[in-house]
Amino acid sequence: MSKFFVFVEFQNNKLKRSSQELLQFAAQQGSQVVALALGSQVATNKAQLAHNGATEIVFSGSSDFDQYNPELFVGPVAEQIEKSGATIVLASASSLAKDLFPRVAAKISAGLVSDGTHLSFDAEALKVRKPLYSGKCFAEAHFENCKYKIVLMRANQLPVAAADTTKIATETEFNYTKPSLKTLIKQIVKGTSEKLDLTEANIIVSGGRGLKDADQFNKLLAPLADALGATLGATRAIVDAGWVSHSMQVGQTGKTVAPSLYIAVGVSGAIQHLAGMSGSKVIVAINSDANAPIFQKATYGIVGDAFEIIPKLTEEFKKALQH
Amino acid sequence: MKIFVCVKQVPDTETKIKIMPDSTGVDSAGIKWVMNPYDEFAVEEAIKFREKNAGAQVWAITAGPKSRATEVLRTALAMGADEAIIVNAPDNIDSQATAKILADAIKAEGGAHLIFSGKLAIDDNQSAVPQMIAEFLSIPHTTVVSKFESSAENMTVERDIEGGAKEVVQMMYPGLVAANKGLNMPRYASLPGIMKAKKKTIKEIEGAGGEQKVKFKNFSLPQDKAPVKMLTGDASAQAQELIKLLRDEAKVL
Repeated sequence: MSKFFVFVEFQNNKLKRSSQELLQFAAQQGSQVVALALGSQVATNKAQLAHNGATEIVFSGSSDFDQYNPELFVGPVAEQIEKSGATIVLASASSLAKDLFPRVAAKISAGLVSDGTHLSFDAEALKVRKPLYSGKCFAEAHFENCKYKIVLMRANQLPVAAADTTKIATETEFNYTKPSLKTLIKQIVKGTSEKLDLTEANIIVSGGRGLKDADQFNKLLAPLADALGATLGATRAIVDAGWVSHSMQVGQTGKTVAPSLYIAVGVSGAIQHLAGMSGSKVIVAINSDANAPIFQKATYGIVGDAFEIIPKLTEEFKKALQH
Repeated sequence: MKIFVCVKQVPDTETKIKIMPDSTGVDSAGIKWVMNPYDEFAVEEAIKFREKNAGAQVWAITAGPKSRATEVLRTALAMGADEAIIVNAPDNIDSQATAKILADAIKAEGGAHLIFSGKLAIDDNQSAVPQMIAEFLSIPHTTVVSKFESSAENMTVERDIEGGAKEVVQMMYPGLVAANKGLNMPRYASLPGIMKAKKKTIKEIEGAGGEQKVKFKNFSLPQDKAPVKMLTGDASAQAQELIKLLRDEAKVL
């Protein structure tokens, strides 16, 4: 029986949902699940790992791992994969894992597929699908000539059930030697938003040129996003015009997203924007131009003046979500 | 002092992707090929570095079928790169094979003081080749970089992470920097630059030794969505109707 290796991450001293998805997926395949956990947040979260399906917890509680530095992480992660006896390695396509695992893959000659959106395991065969060209098409990734297979899955693609609080796991703390570092993290500059990153958000409210200017964009969309607990997104046009930062851009030269609900306001629907968001489950388009291409991808469409509709919608959402 | 910049030729972002009838790949007929947008930031930053550092030379390098991919090097040369190398290789080899043949080529040229690349290529969206090159060359890397400053001793870069936050990273030479949008404004090629690039001899080497570990098969287009449901009535009616649909029909609230 195959053994899975899952690299888990924490945020605000909680196991990330994306890590829960992977642990539960691995556990459902009926196999042994090794969870690798790094940093001081591990101490209070080990039970969580077991409850979500880990059978072996391999960890280092060293605060050295509280700040990501590829030079520090690559060696121990590669070593623990090789020691684990597992050949299938799962991690979420977070900014940390996307930076780390290609380097780990090169070190241990593993095959690597990043940004997976579908994952299945039938008759000991791992199947991964991922978007190419930012979602303009999809393909199945096949591993060849490699012992280790590393898959980085996008968040929100796999179901999460309630954790089973009766499950337990073995725990092994490992030691490592800190290498001499050629990279130093000097400082973390906090983002303006405390919300979930676009790539992990379950609801996104996105705006485009139709909102006239940066001030209107914020005045109109921020209250709507707050009412929904949504993360704000933007088109390339308004990022290039300097209204908002590039970290908010959705599309082929920005972020590829797949939330449950994507509300596009004043977004015409350039092909490179559509590529980045068409994986969303439900798309609402609000635009004054009935011929805007965004309506071809939308589930629900409203033709009208955003400045009239959005405040009403914000009020209605506030009412609806109170109950 | 050699500064390498890794570039890739990709379909223009406006390209409509078509699948081959047998689903084995993407139909390349009619595709307009351009430099990967993130690589433009890398080329620009490499040229800026040279402008500040006497004795630095910018070498553009790519891996791909030379009959087609050489063009992306002409673009880099026209922007201001000094030299260019194509590592001849089949189209669509995987990240690891690409990284291996690029790293080998850089080694064969005596290594790099600094390597720039884009943070990802907009075709396979793997964001893996830069980190793999750094591993093969045993040098440090920083990806998703939107600010770059350098002194003779080291570099200070800003890496974009989740939620709009940034890490300020100090890195020693030699190192690899993978560019994000926002790093700079890539320059347009000048007419004299284009003329000079046309005449420039591009060094050709054969890519060998890169073993494929991942192959993409069974290509498909995104599933067709059901036609859009348009909501009518005045703004209040539309807002109420939408919330009802999201809650009762789509069940996303």
